Amino acid sequence: MSIKSGIPGQLKLRPRADRQTDRAAAAALPAKMTARGVKVFYGAKQALKGIDLDIQENRVLALIGPSGCGKSTFLRCLNRMNDTIEGCRVEGRIALDGEDVYGKAVDAVQLRARVGMVFQKPNPFPKSIYDNVAYGPRIHGLASGRDELDEVVQTSLKRAGLWAEVKDRLREPGTSLSGGQQQRLCIARAIAVSPEVILMDEPCSALDPIATAHIEELIDELRANYTIVIVTHNMQQAARVSQRTAFFHLGEMVECDDTEEIFTNPRDERTQGYITGRYG
Amino acid sequence: MQLTLLALILALLTVIGFLIGRSRAASSVGGRVAELHSVPSYHGVYVALWAGLPALLLFVAWTASEGWLAMQLVLSALPERLTTGDGQSVGLLKADILNLAHGIATGREADPLVMEAARRYAALRDLADWSLLAVGASLAVAGLAWGRHRIGPDLRARPAVERVVRVVLVVCSLVAILTTVGIVLSLLFEALRFFTVVSPLDFLFGTHWSPQMAMRADQVGSSGSFGAIPLFAGTLLITVIAMTVAVPVGLMAAIYMSEYAGRGVRTWLKPALEILAGIPTVVYGFFAALTMAPFVRSVGGALGLDVSSESALAAGIVMGVMIIPFVSSLSDDVINAVPQSLRDGSYGLGATKSETIKQVVLPAALPGIVAAVMLAVSRAIGETMIVTMASGLTANMTANPLQAVTTVTTQIATLLVGDQEFDSPKTLSAFGLGLVLFLVTLCLNMVALRVVRTYREKYD
Repeated sequence: MSIKSGIPGQLKLRPRADRQTDRAAAAALPAKMTARGVKVFYGAKQALKGIDLDIQENRVLALIGPSGCGKSTFLRCLNRMNDTIEGCRVEGRIALDGEDVYGKAVDAVQLRARVGMVFQKPNPFPKSIYDNVAYGPRIHGLASGRDELDEVVQTSLKRAGLWAEVKDRLREPGTSLSGGQQQRLCIARAIAVSPEVILMDEPCSALDPIATAHIEELIDELRANYTIVIVTHNMQQAARVSQRTAFFHLGEMVECDDTEEIFTNPRDERTQGYITGRYG
Repeated sequence: MQLTLLALILALLTVIGFLIGRSRAASSVGGRVAELHSVPSYHGVYVALWAGLPALLLFVAWTASEGWLAMQLVLSALPERLTTGDGQSVGLLKADILNLAHGIATGREADPLVMEAARRYAALRDLADWSLLAVGASLAVAGLAWGRHRIGPDLRARPAVERVVRVVLVVCSLVAILTTVGIVLSLLFEALRFFTVVSPLDFLFGTHWSPQMAMRADQVGSSGSFGAIPLFAGTLLITVIAMTVAVPVGLMAAIYMSEYAGRGVRTWLKPALEILAGIPTVVYGFFAALTMAPFVRSVGGALGLDVSSESALAAGIVMGVMIIPFVSSLSDDVINAVPQSLRDGSYGLGATKSETIKQVVLPAALPGIVAAVMLAVSRAIGETMIVTMASGLTANMTANPLQAVTTVTTQIATLLVGDQEFDSPKTLSAFGLGLVLFLVTLCLNMVALRVVRTYREKYD
């Protein structure tokens, strides 16, 4: 398995000059999504207090922070999943390829086809494995004809690393799979719609270490084709899978930088405290 | 009088037993309650049970056998010419004694011997009640003393009390089951009597229903005909009409309530729909007979159709309206029970609300919806009043919803209304119909349960 090993404290340090050039290169990468002054209110309670963040193309951005800090809320703003929550209000600007996703011209349904989502708990539909993956392509009319749909399903399952395990049982219900397989099925389901960005909300928190390793490996591979934002409570995981990390605290984004930089040389005291385990 | 007194004494002793037990348990360890095996209130209940339970059991056994015993004593004292004879005359004698003992006039001059027996019977009952009072009260006091005597730090009062509670729970569940068994058995035996007169084959497959039996041999139309097919067909027709109304309307109302309606709308809409379920079926019946049936007829007339004034359609539609709340309320509950994570998953893939409902929410809720529909079908089959009032009593065998038909339950009701002789096939046929009805609804419920169990998805 090509899992990046190590816990935050054991990250291999490269010469500082190297990292500086990396950072310069990183800053130059185009931003797939940008958030400016994002504020979220649940009724009278303010959950996010003005977030500015760039999400760069073909990279993995990890959102870390203690529970209730607003990272999942921020994630759900990116594809307007908060629209389904009663009494939730979003202010500020979030843009996908420069276009405001909360703009009048944007349909939340079409947005979610471009910005897919994988949830904390695996949530396969009560359908067969095949139909779970084919669900998105069917509703969006992405495949014309049976063969093309088969092709999409197969490709998606292969990309999610699940094909070998399920190719002989595509007609069985998705819920018959193990937890880790279910989560990879959900990833395959998200991939099948060909999104540009995939949002993952603690995708491994309900899984055992082996299934987690599988998913992390998968995330690393998916980076070639998709932009990924992952919320995680597990700092080793953030260190292993992400290139950039943003630390959230009490509804604010404290700092966002290259992952190596955050874990070895955090600028803010609160970040330092959190990653060394003093609180959170 | 004596029995009321006994009940009061028992209640009082039970309360006293509880208080004594609780305080004695506490004082037996000098107030250090933690040293007791069980907390003091369990000791209280323990003593209360000893005081109340044996006396209560005696009370039940005594009252169950007292009347019979007294009657046997009285009868044995009567001369043999009165007590020998067929079962009927002895039964009559017993009834006379009972009536006289309770001071009810029998309507004819009583035999002085019987009068005497009745007096003796009343005296015996009185004596028995007083002795029950004495024995019961002393048993309760003895139980209380025994329970109090047992109390000490090591008494395992809690397990003992819990054993009694468990027995009580078992008895309660048995009552429900035994009642059902009793109902089924009585139905079965009466139905068997019917089937000795009318062959089951004629009953189940005959196509002519006319349960009139002759009073005299020379009467016109004297032979009854018990082919139940027209009744089954009528029941099926009306049920189908009712479900055609109730299932789509109820299901869509449920979808609106659970998926589209805001919290404000939902809080008044759901109770408002459930009011429909609270309307007595008689009221639905006259709505069907006085409003719906003429309406159906005039609409049919305008379309050039021949509609009878009592039509299956009118009854079926009103029955469907009556069933809507069953379908909508139960379906609304199961749709709400579909986890939000499934909806989120679907929205997260860019599905619209209606796609999510059609392809994810409804399939997930399907077992529950099927169960709701099955329950509604049972309800429709069992419904009597609406059909009696709106669709008539004519056993037509027709698939035309514009004609009058009758149903199994309506026939049962009409067969058993008024004075009946319980040895005529006309009356007994009601039990045959009841048995068939019971078997059909039983099968429906079993199928519904199976469907639910087979297709239920496990969500945690």
